[in-house]
Amino acid sequence: MHKEQITLRINGRSHELTVEPNRLLLDVLRQDLGLTGTKRGCDDSSCGACTVLIDGSPQMSCLMLAVSYQDCGITTIEGVADGSALDPLQRGFTVEGGAQCGFCTPGMILTAKHLLARNPNPTDQEINDALSGNLCRCTGYTQILASVRKAIELQRERQPAGPKDPVEPQEVGSR
Amino acid sequence: MSAPPPDVKPGSSPIGARVPMVDSVDKVTGTGKYADDLALPGMMVGKILHSPHPHARIRSIDTSQAERLAGVHAVVTGRETPVKYGILPVGHDETIFAVDKVRYIGDNVAGVAAESEAIADEALRLIKVDYEPLAAYFDPEASMRAEQNLIHDNKPHNMEKEYHHHFGNVEKGFAEADYIREDRFDCAEVTHAALEPHSTLASFAPDGALTVWSSTQVPYYLMKTLAATLQMQEERVRVVKPLVGGGFGGKSEVIPLELAAAVLARQAKRPVKITYTREEVFYAHRGRPRQIVELRTGATRDGKLTAVEARIIQDGGAYCGYGVVTILYSGQLLNAMYDIPNVKFDGYRVLTNKPACGAMRGHGTVNTRFAFEQQLNRFAAVLGIDPVEIRRRNLLKPPCMTPNNLRVLSYGYPECIEKVAEASGWKAKYGKLPYGKGIGIAGSHYVSGAANPIIRSPIPQSTVKLSIDGESIVTILSGASEIGQGSDTVQVQIVAAELGVPVDQVKIVAADTARTPVDLGSYSSRVTFMAGNAAREAAREAKRKILSAAAAKLGVSPEALALLGAASAGPPNDGSITGPATGQITLDFAEAVRLAMNGAEALTAVGTYTTPEEATGGKFKGAGVGPSPAYSYSAQVAEVTVDPETGQVTVDRIIAAHDCGKAINPMTVEGQVEGSVWMGLGQAVQEEMLWENGRLMNPCLLEYRTASTLESPPIEPILVESNDPEGPFGAKEAGEGSLAATIPAVAHAIYDAVGVWIDTLPITPEKILKAIEAKRQAEST
Repeated sequence: MHKEQITLRINGRSHELTVEPNRLLLDVLRQDLGLTGTKRGCDDSSCGACTVLIDGSPQMSCLMLAVSYQDCGITTIEGVADGSALDPLQRGFTVEGGAQCGFCTPGMILTAKHLLARNPNPTDQEINDALSGNLCRCTGYTQILASVRKAIELQRERQPAGPKDPVEPQEVGSR
Repeated sequence: MSAPPPDVKPGSSPIGARVPMVDSVDKVTGTGKYADDLALPGMMVGKILHSPHPHARIRSIDTSQAERLAGVHAVVTGRETPVKYGILPVGHDETIFAVDKVRYIGDNVAGVAAESEAIADEALRLIKVDYEPLAAYFDPEASMRAEQNLIHDNKPHNMEKEYHHHFGNVEKGFAEADYIREDRFDCAEVTHAALEPHSTLASFAPDGALTVWSSTQVPYYLMKTLAATLQMQEERVRVVKPLVGGGFGGKSEVIPLELAAAVLARQAKRPVKITYTREEVFYAHRGRPRQIVELRTGATRDGKLTAVEARIIQDGGAYCGYGVVTILYSGQLLNAMYDIPNVKFDGYRVLTNKPACGAMRGHGTVNTRFAFEQQLNRFAAVLGIDPVEIRRRNLLKPPCMTPNNLRVLSYGYPECIEKVAEASGWKAKYGKLPYGKGIGIAGSHYVSGAANPIIRSPIPQSTVKLSIDGESIVTILSGASEIGQGSDTVQVQIVAAELGVPVDQVKIVAADTARTPVDLGSYSSRVTFMAGNAAREAAREAKRKILSAAAAKLGVSPEALALLGAASAGPPNDGSITGPATGQITLDFAEAVRLAMNGAEALTAVGTYTTPEEATGGKFKGAGVGPSPAYSYSAQVAEVTVDPETGQVTVDRIIAAHDCGKAINPMTVEGQVEGSVWMGLGQAVQEEMLWENGRLMNPCLLEYRTASTLESPPIEPILVESNDPEGPFGAKEAGEGSLAATIPAVAHAIYDAVGVWIDTLPITPEKILKAIEAKRQAEST
């Protein structure tokens, strides 16, 4: 099969790659770029472990052809922390036990990140709605919900300002 | 990257603290490596050819075309892999690739290693297998009557194993009963569905030594099986366990890809990685078998149980796996959480032409418990005794031995029952809620580690080494397998507590058979109890060495000194040495460690754990399975809403009290209890492997439905601490015991809501509607 030269912008950095046009974004991330934080849990887009953010919105990279995402900002779990400082969601999942085996965690965090960017103060129902496409087999979701709630609390401590308008989805890195 | 500070107040003990898991930062940042995340230079993709027939003789296999395909570096069939293996010494009935015969759709026929996945897939397509299909068996009750076309030639009637136990005198017990019930329960097959598909990377060094990185719960047994099947010396085989993305028992025996990757790597002379697709994970299976339970129980008028008799048939699939253990657990834990003097058990593990079943969370005990608790609730209903009260009337009186020789010391079950009854408002609700709303209760229990190892051996069941360097950094070397349940963290907390040092001063290196001492693995909920005790013993030895060096320096006796902050040493601090007379610091920890090192590069200590003889069970055939040094207990209340028009069940809430002995880390214990309850709930109302002539109809996560956030009710854990006299700081198991109670509690709540008992799992809307209709017709005639 012929190959195409493409440029992907991932976590604020450009990567030039030569790939077959049928390569999935998930495989390019994991196999070509060593960004193995994005997980494959199924064969048919049913588990959400491969979730990445495309221009801030969560999508399953197992359904996406890498060549089609050249004009987008892609965020993977490796791009969520700001240098050595964990994102409030990462901190929340750590201190509230939201990550047991950890395999669903990157997808959960990225999906929750999109939710909190749109809606910094969601109800439990809104959190559960947002995370309903990400399967976890360890927790029963109780500690995942607690982890997201903790992140909201930490985020509020970090930005002690009063009520704000919902924030537009933010991409980590450059646009 | 630095971890968030653990939630341990300065100067407080780490026992009972909600310490974040020590590997949690690796998990939330995506930097932690699971088996499929690993790569080696020159690595090949391995793929396995699976049987399309449930039962067939292999007439011939032609691999010549596949071998000639450019980019293919190895093709292996059963000819090259004749050595039989199995996780149990009594069940060596598998080969890496099929020899002469395939026994289920998905059985392993050949393997290839190629430069890319596409080439490997093409190579599989080019392998020509000539099969002669044979009659196949899919139903265990039919399979038990088989006379010909046996699945294994040495197993007449396709009977893997049967056991017949009788304790006390059931005839006498039934004669004493005022009321006897007989019910038949049929529980569908379910599977682990851990989110990480199995993956193995195998690599041979130029000197012929093998290293395998694998998603395993049992690195030690994997190392032994690799050595046996590849005919290598054990010391030439190293198994490393990277992060494991959930196991639940599905990675607790050797899975074919683990051996196939190694065989292919040897032939290809290159590293080979095999990662299962999700469909392959479903066919690899080793989950909870379909189980038929015919249960007969007798009780007096006031609800005292006089005898119980169970005939249990398990649909084991095509190979033994853990099967002999599964059937024994289903009998040995039938009676053992209640005081029942007369017990009879007839257990049949039957072979069928489906993937082998095996150990799954609550191994062997879950379906038996559903049957027992459901029947107990029916006794309560018929006898007019409150279901909480009927349990109170049948409690054990520990310390005691059950009729089948299980030793019970700590027993928090009574407290679990009272706690959930109170927290749920049981009295005000049971039998009093409006039609369509219901509340139900049930109990369960589980072992804190199998008292007897899988392979009888004089070596300890767990060994933990410690080293403390000149900077006072404590390093634990442990073979115990972290699979997401928190085993690394619990060992760190135990060692920190024993030495009186902060948890972040303690590091752990775990589960690498070349570097860490032997631990038998993460199965039978054994790690906190066994590796935890070994870790505590190692820390105690280190403490003795430190104190005796300090005593020599100070010119006092070691008994006069203690480590500040250490367990039971008074005011918490940083491990500094104190003299009891004044309580003042007499030497700092680092200096004392350096004295104890005595010029060596580190202070080292070793601890071990072996189950005490008196907890290892009786002498009858099959007595080895069931005994444990301690048992966890759970009582649960479920509240449900049933729509009588559609049969749809909504579980509104589950309260689960779990006797974990002592919660060394309440956060991870709660996580284990919640996860167990939730998994039990899946089995109760929605999960089921659907088979048609040996083919799985739902081998994907869309069709084998595990609950999402939207279908998952609030679960409220209550931790009961019975302080087991032999557990580390009193701790027992937390990761499995809660699962079994959820199913009968939900079934009971459905009865309370709409008045029907459903005796088959899962409890689907169709079954509920049918039962409501049948009840309506019976009442109108």
